[in-house]
Amino acid sequence: MKKALIDIIDMGKTYVLGDLQTTVLSDINFSIEAGEFVSIMGPSGSGKSTLMHILGLLDRPTDGQYFFGGKDVTKMDDEELAGLRNQEIGFVFQAFNLLARTSVIDNVKLPLLYSKNKSKMEARAKKVLESVGLAHRLNYFTNQISGGEKQRVAIARALVNSPSVIFADEPTGNLDSKSGTQIMEILQNLNNTGVTIILVTHETYTAEHAKRIIKVKDGNLISDEKVKKRRIAKEGEILK
Amino acid sequence: MLGIIIGVGAVVLIMSLGAGAQSLIVGQLDSLGSDLVAIIPGASEETGPPAVAYGIVITSLKHEDILALKDKHNSPDVTYALSYYTTDQTAYWRDASYDASIMGVSGDYFEVEKMEMATGRFFSQEEMNSPLRLAVIGSEVAKDLFGGNDPLGKSIKIKNQTVEVIGVFAEKGKNGISNPNQNIVVPLAFTQKILAGVNYISLARVRVNNVKNINIAMSDIRATIRDKHNITDPADDDFNVRSIKDALELVTTITNAIKYFLAAMAALSLLVGGVGIMNIMLVSVKERTREIGLRKALGARGKQIKEQFLLEAIALTLVGGIIGFVIGILLAFLVSLVVNALGYDWKFVISVSAFLIAFGLSTFIGVVFGLYPAAKAAKLDPIDALRYE
Repeated sequence: MKKALIDIIDMGKTYVLGDLQTTVLSDINFSIEAGEFVSIMGPSGSGKSTLMHILGLLDRPTDGQYFFGGKDVTKMDDEELAGLRNQEIGFVFQAFNLLARTSVIDNVKLPLLYSKNKSKMEARAKKVLESVGLAHRLNYFTNQISGGEKQRVAIARALVNSPSVIFADEPTGNLDSKSGTQIMEILQNLNNTGVTIILVTHETYTAEHAKRIIKVKDGNLISDEKVKKRRIAKEGEILK
Repeated sequence: MLGIIIGVGAVVLIMSLGAGAQSLIVGQLDSLGSDLVAIIPGASEETGPPAVAYGIVITSLKHEDILALKDKHNSPDVTYALSYYTTDQTAYWRDASYDASIMGVSGDYFEVEKMEMATGRFFSQEEMNSPLRLAVIGSEVAKDLFGGNDPLGKSIKIKNQTVEVIGVFAEKGKNGISNPNQNIVVPLAFTQKILAGVNYISLARVRVNNVKNINIAMSDIRATIRDKHNITDPADDDFNVRSIKDALELVTTITNAIKYFLAAMAALSLLVGGVGIMNIMLVSVKERTREIGLRKALGARGKQIKEQFLLEAIALTLVGGIIGFVIGILLAFLVSLVVNALGYDWKFVISVSAFLIAFGLSTFIGVVFGLYPAAKAAKLDPIDALRYE
């Protein structure tokens, strides 16, 4: 029985453009339990972005099955997927993707606008901003904060609906090393409280912060292994 | 948004000006009184211009015909009657001259014309029936011909006739078609016998005791005059009876048609404004592609995205509509100030319908022209949108 949070079974994705068929992913099989910290690694063109889009319910596989929380998502329509994304998934992007000319707290409230439970938006947004240490920046505008602070706002936004899993796509890609370490520390702390984290990156250094690394190349899964020596951001990136 | 502002402003302005013009014309006819009936020489369609407009001179209408109308056995609903013979002449006093309508009258002048005296006196009924060289002049005639001097007792020359001014009328508001302050009023017999050498009249006006009786009164008048002219078949009528009431209805219908036609023209410019809004929204959607992708990733349904952009379009058009409405009203107010300063009795009208049309149209334009960009936004694929530079 499918008890894991995420079950990928014989999953594949093929694009068809007229006569041309491009297979981006094939024969992907793995499961992710709740509370895991998984890193998906691969070079450019490996299909890792497509894999992440499918995992993040932004795209559908053309072959195989994907069970999220026990439900077969390949059978869901766009509206259902949108609802599921809103409630269960939090995205953290490399380029932050915050709304310009909007305050920090209004940015964090955004997922709440599209959810069914719109109560106490201000309070919920404030709470989650406090958890990432940005209580003092509530009414600042996005152009008034640093890169590291922007990514923390993004993490707060990803957390506001209490999702089952956080998807982070190269979260430290646009940050200096100090801010990057800060972000990884937050993610590791979150994972320690039970939040499932899926981190997509092409850098081994970053991937080593996770507990498990899944490697893809040319659309295929080439390895799926536990990390023997993890980097702990809180302790100055020491390998443990 | 400029197109919306101009469009709504133009619609509001035209409807206001149209209503003002309507009230001016209707007011003029109204001030004459809807109990007024005119008897015009010559047969003509009651809805068309009188024969004299075609340059035809009819000589069959006489003052005696009008006197007959005052007989209660003939037309019991007729209260007052006045006969006219008018000729255009130049009046002279010392070095000054004045081109005037010399209006010869006989009958109930004040009750029919609703004028008032400023100084001096008016003619008695006997005087009006005699070719006396007396005149009562309008306020503008007094000002332009006599300067600051008192016209009473002075003699003016009309067609080599020496005429004494015995009275001056009080100023009356102009009303668009005629200016009563430019009249020189003399006894009917004077214009007929001495100035023109005729025995007929050019016009008669009567008042009816109640607007409700207009139609009966008009039948009675027609019957009386046919009798006096020995006419048995109405097709042979050599005169025409028209009421202000009918004229009022006709004028209102015509001016309404003009007003709405012009407003529709103005509304066309709203289409241009709408296209402008659509373009702005299309650019906006394009510029915010990543934002839309983000919102969708965070759980926004296509419908919610569509609503968001539709509301933005409507907000744009409503703001434009408000600005346009205010500008339209201001311009209409300015026009009314200028026209009133020129002496016309123009009413500044803000109609509720103009207000409703302005806002209804703005919202409608916003919805119609915002729909396409909003739909485009809703259809964006979140993955592609997030990748958009």
